[in-house]
Amino acid sequence: MNILSSTVEGYEVLLVMEGIYKSFPGVQALSDVRFELRHGEVHALVGENGAGKSTLMKILGGIYHKDAGRVILEGREVEITSPGMAQHLGISIIHQELNLMPHLTVAQNIFIGREPRAKVPFVVDDNATNEKAMRLFELMNLRLDPTVKVADLTVAKQQMVEIAKALSFNAKILVMDEPTAALTDREIDELFAIIRQLREKGVGVVHISHRLEELKQISDRVTVMRDGKYIDTLMTSEAKVDQIISLMVGRTIYESTPELPENPNQEVALEVRNLSRGKVLRDVSFDLKTGEILGFAGLIGAGRTEVARAIFGADAYETGEILIKGKPVHIKSPGDAVMHGIGYLSEDRKRYGLTLGMDVKENVAMAAMKKFLRWAGWMDFKKTVLRGQEMVKALNIKTPSLEQKVKFLSGGNQQKVVIGKWLTADTDILIFDEPTRGIDVGAKSEIYKLLNDLAHQGKSIIMISSELPEVLRMSHRVVVMCEGRVTGILNAGEATQETIMKYATMRSEVIIDTPQ
Amino acid sequence: MKSESQTPKTVSHSDEPKAARTLFRSDAMQRIMAFGALIVLAVGFSLASPYFRTFDNFVGILLATAVNGVLGLGVTFVIITAGIDLSVGTVLTFSAVMTGVFITNWHLPIPLGILGGVLAGGTAGLVNGLLISRMRIPPFIATLGMLYATKGLSLVISELKPIYFNDTPAFREMAMGSALGKIIPGFEVPNAVFIMFGAAIIAHLILSRTILGRYTFAMGSNEEATRLSGVNVAVWKTAVYALCGLFSGIGGVLMASRLNSAQPALGAGYELDAIAAVVIGGTSLSGGEGSILGTIIGAFIISTLTNGLRILSVPQEWQMVVTGGIVVAAVFLDMLRRRQQ
Repeated sequence: MNILSSTVEGYEVLLVMEGIYKSFPGVQALSDVRFELRHGEVHALVGENGAGKSTLMKILGGIYHKDAGRVILEGREVEITSPGMAQHLGISIIHQELNLMPHLTVAQNIFIGREPRAKVPFVVDDNATNEKAMRLFELMNLRLDPTVKVADLTVAKQQMVEIAKALSFNAKILVMDEPTAALTDREIDELFAIIRQLREKGVGVVHISHRLEELKQISDRVTVMRDGKYIDTLMTSEAKVDQIISLMVGRTIYESTPELPENPNQEVALEVRNLSRGKVLRDVSFDLKTGEILGFAGLIGAGRTEVARAIFGADAYETGEILIKGKPVHIKSPGDAVMHGIGYLSEDRKRYGLTLGMDVKENVAMAAMKKFLRWAGWMDFKKTVLRGQEMVKALNIKTPSLEQKVKFLSGGNQQKVVIGKWLTADTDILIFDEPTRGIDVGAKSEIYKLLNDLAHQGKSIIMISSELPEVLRMSHRVVVMCEGRVTGILNAGEATQETIMKYATMRSEVIIDTPQ
Repeated sequence: MKSESQTPKTVSHSDEPKAARTLFRSDAMQRIMAFGALIVLAVGFSLASPYFRTFDNFVGILLATAVNGVLGLGVTFVIITAGIDLSVGTVLTFSAVMTGVFITNWHLPIPLGILGGVLAGGTAGLVNGLLISRMRIPPFIATLGMLYATKGLSLVISELKPIYFNDTPAFREMAMGSALGKIIPGFEVPNAVFIMFGAAIIAHLILSRTILGRYTFAMGSNEEATRLSGVNVAVWKTAVYALCGLFSGIGGVLMASRLNSAQPALGAGYELDAIAAVVIGGTSLSGGEGSILGTIIGAFIISTLTNGLRILSVPQEWQMVVTGGIVVAAVFLDMLRRRQQ
């Protein structure tokens, strides 16, 4: 706990990571990544979703093991093999998803794994634990009752518990992965006050954040990553937000001319008015025209999937209205949604989109069983075979037979089976959530073509995607979300990676007029 | 087109849930309700039948609770880690048979035989723990395997015949004698009852005061976070199952002492009574919550119910139906309480 009284060691290098490589099956997550942290520095780490920020920090924290590269801590090369070892070396990480034990008290959480012991072996000294926690809170100027259960605290307070826990390890390095994502402005101010205190004591703080305007407030330097690679490190005081954004998005080869189907129809298929639920959805309004592909862009956690699930009836919403072809509808369950002609293709197709242990034709029939029923629940086997054949042909699904279990198909073909399933249900509105996630490049363009064909046939499509080039290439219009709000609706002509990123990181309310 | 209207900045907070917490929602509530239910049962049966409210009958209830109560202690630990142990009933049988082997067949001194029997249970629990934490076999499957294995082993070792303790009357005295009766004549409460309460106090201290207890809750609350805090989850989980085995072992020795014999076919099905006692006592099957006091109350509810219904001449089959209803009702009430949190 004497972290807050340890001496400032000036601006010398505390940590160097260099030549870091890491791959996961099928993905090169990091290649030749470099990162440097000084004593008493707040170093921001930014990049798009999937740029490799969290992976890099998980290597530092001993959760992942690097394939190659060196980690040099205070001049000595170290091999960090476990979370326990990272803690021992003075590296504390506060993960994106809070890692607390909700049923335990604040003090018990902070000192888990190194509880003060009573004189009797194995016996925990709870009074000493609480006292230690209190002393820690005093140093941090934090008002918190150590005997309260963590489950009873707000998210912000839970965050403070995580920070207190990190500090109690005498951390030299504190990594915070999107610490402000769930906090209110006032709570962010409190958090930053604590970060500044730490900086003065010589702690090196790594701050991962999507909120670019925050960096100016808190960080000394900023390192940009893109596609698992190191791009650049800038002094925050000299860097402009626009400059950082352009480094984040880069100039990727994808930016081919969009192949959009012309949008012949101005008829509104779906209108969403003022949809709200707590902090997750805030007054979301947009419309979807017949035969249109409406892209949804935003960073992870912006609320795009939440909008989709609310429209589909998978989650409830508190206030707001959903209108289909101008008529208000009440969607309380996915069953209602299908009845009103809405289909949802989840981002996690293995969990929510397919029954993996069943075969192609059964999956195709799954969302429209009624069409394949005869008397008293008997399945019309011939009809499912016919429909299955039809879909395999129409969607070019590569499968040895209709009886092939879908778990043995490739990602792209699985996605086509899901599409076949919703085409069979014959819904007019299709919501695609990350339609090309985990799909290789060849199959991607096939999926794109399919989406275009569907739009041509008059289906109205919402496409949620975290890949900006994909959004730009596929959408007539782009809805950009940030923190549960719609921050911008852009026409194909005005949407660029830069404008989308600008709106996606925009925390204050903005009114945008989109010319029709 | 106006794509976005001004959003009012009134984000509602549930900032101080503590102030809003009612007694009904508190964790102690399940125990209070369970205890209340026990009192209502006892009073109800007492009013309904004069035979229920006799001293001898109360002693009978206490004695009938002893074995299930001890079994429930270990199961409480396991369930708080969000695990399950289906093998406690047959591990109990196995321990009883091993006690018989040690004392009657091998003529070991009684204390050594008892220790051996308890350790036999602990060994079975240790194997459960290793299967679950090292080989990553789901607790349900690992302990189901152990259920069959110990059931079979008990029959093999005993050669299908009960092992009697007729040569060692002192062994029977352990559970069925009454130290209290010697001090206060007339209050012939068997030692088994005090052994159960003693074991319960020890279990309570382990759960609330020791590092093992702390990690039991931590693993059940968020196993990954516990691991990331540098706790060796595999070791502690193994310890929890081994401890559960030790309590089954104590249960087995008690059982053997009470019946003056090790019955190789008795014990299967006891695991369900033990799990029922734990659940009625408010321990959450999803882990992270629970108490020893709750389990003991749960065990008493089951035995009081069985005893009372028998005295009222309700057939045994119907007693089971009622017990089933009580288990479901208890869990349902608990879920209602949680949902409001």
